[in-house]
Amino acid sequence: MIKCTHRLIWRDVKNHECCIAMPLSQILFFEEQAAGIGKSAKIVIHLHPTLTNKEPGPYQHSKYSFIKLSFKEHGQIEFYRRLTEEMTQKRWENTPVSQPIPTGTGSQAGRTRAVGIVGIERKIEEKRKETDKNISEAFEDLSKLMVKAKEMVELSRSIANKIKDKQGDITEDETIRFKSYLLSMGIANPVTRETHGSGTHYHLQLAKQLGDMLQAPLEERGGMMALTEVYCLVNRARGMELLSPEDLVNACKMFESLKLPLRLRVFDSGVMVVQLQSHSEEEMIASALDSVSDKGSLTAEEFAKLLGLSVLLSKERLLLAEKMGHLCRDDSVEGLRFYPNLF
Amino acid sequence: MSFEWPWQYNFPPFFTLQPNVDTRQKQLAAWCSLALSYCRHHKLYTLDVMEAQESPVFNNKKIERKLSMEAIQVVFEELRKKGNLEWLDKNKSRCLVMWRRPEEWGKLIYQWVSKNGMVNSVFTLYELSNGDDTEGEEFHGLEEWMLLRSLQALQTEGKAEVITIDDGKGVKFF
Repeated sequence: MIKCTHRLIWRDVKNHECCIAMPLSQILFFEEQAAGIGKSAKIVIHLHPTLTNKEPGPYQHSKYSFIKLSFKEHGQIEFYRRLTEEMTQKRWENTPVSQPIPTGTGSQAGRTRAVGIVGIERKIEEKRKETDKNISEAFEDLSKLMVKAKEMVELSRSIANKIKDKQGDITEDETIRFKSYLLSMGIANPVTRETHGSGTHYHLQLAKQLGDMLQAPLEERGGMMALTEVYCLVNRARGMELLSPEDLVNACKMFESLKLPLRLRVFDSGVMVVQLQSHSEEEMIASALDSVSDKGSLTAEEFAKLLGLSVLLSKERLLLAEKMGHLCRDDSVEGLRFYPNLF
Repeated sequence: MSFEWPWQYNFPPFFTLQPNVDTRQKQLAAWCSLALSYCRHHKLYTLDVMEAQESPVFNNKKIERKLSMEAIQVVFEELRKKGNLEWLDKNKSRCLVMWRRPEEWGKLIYQWVSKNGMVNSVFTLYELSNGDDTEGEEFHGLEEWMLLRSLQALQTEGKAEVITIDDGKGVKFF
C-alpha cells in the first residue's frame, strides 16, 4: 500500500504489475480498528459515493461504502498518522485542475488568497475605492441643489433687468423695495465667476461692486473695518455664490488703481483693514491722544468701548499712536495700558 | 535730607521698557540719572544686581511697579557705556557705581589740596579719606578703590604720584 499526496495505491505483492489506485478526495472519513485475537489491526476508510468518471477497477459498484485496510505488523499507526496529515492538508485541493476554492461574496470572486505586503496594499486600494464611491454618492444631492440655485439666480437677474428697462413705469418706491428684497436674498446681478470669468477682470468687477456696497457700513463704523468683518458682511449679503477670502483680498487690492474711495491697509502686526480714503490717520491719532489724556490711561478694551470700535482695531490705533511717540506703554501683570507720552 | 524722587518714579510706564526708540532713550536717560543720584545720596559705591531688584530704586511699592531683570540689565549697560559703572565679575552680578567719575573726584581732591596749600606734601590714603582734616569734604569716606582710581587719574594728568609707604599706599601732590 502506498499513500501519496493524491491517491492511495495498492500494489499486489506478488504481481507488481497489478495496482489499484484510489484518489484521496474520495475519502470521507477514516478510523482505526484495534487488533484483537485472530484479527489484525485495521483502518476503515469511508468513501464518498463514486464519481461518474471513475476509472475501471476491481469492482464497478459495491454495496458497501467503505473499505478496510488490514495491517500485519503495526504499520497502521504510521499509516494512520500520515493519512490524517494528508486529509487535513488536502493538498489535492490546491491544484487548479481539481476542486475550485469556495468563493466568498461576489465582489471578491477571482481573488487569490492575498498574503504579505501585496495583499495589504490591495486591501487598502479596495477600501479607498469604496470610500470614493460613498462620497460621490453622498454629494449627488448637493449638485442637484446647485442646479436649482443657478435657476434662482437667473430668475432674480432677469427681474432686475426688467426693472432696469422699465425704469419709467415702475415707481421709485417699488423699485427700491424690490431691490432690497433682492439684496437680502443675494446681490442683484451677483458677479460670479461664470459671468466674468476668473482672473483680474473678475476682481476688477468685484472691486467695483464692493466699492458701492461698503460705503454705508464703513461710514457707520467710523471709516474703518477689519477685513474679516468685510468678508462676513459681503458673504452674508450675497447668500449664494460666496466669495473666497483670496478673491476678496485681490479685489480689495485693486481699490487704488480703480480710483475708488476705499483703501486696503495692512498694519505692522499683519491686521488688514478696509478704510475710507477720506479717513485721516492723523485725526484718529489726535483723537486717541485726547481720549487717553482725558482718562489718564487706557487699555485697548476700554478704548474700544469708548469709541465703539472692535478691540483689534482700537489696539492697532493705540499702537500706531505709540509708534508716533504720542503714547507710551505700561506693561505689568495688570495688563497693557497706554499713557500720554510725558517723557 | 531725604531723597527726592523724580516725577518719572511715580509714572507707571517708567517701569516698562518702551518699544519706541525715541521714548526709550529718554526713559533710559531718566533711569541713569535716578540710579546715580540715589547712589550719591546714600553713598553707595557697589551694587549687587539681585539686591537691586528689591531696592526702592527699581521697585516702587506704592504704584506696584518694578523694573524687570532684563530692563535693569539694560539700564546698567547704559551706565557702563557712560563710564559710571564697572562690572566686578564676569557674571555681571556685582558692580561698582561711580556716580562721580574718577577724574571728577581727582579734581575735587586736588582743589582741596591746593586750597590748603598742601601741594608737594605726602598723604596716606587713609588720611585723605578718613582724616580729621578732610571731614566735611565730599570725598571724605570715599572707598579706597575709588580713591585710588581718582588719584591714578590725577597721576595721568601729572598732578600727583601714587607711592608705597610702609605697608600701605600714599600719594604725593605736585
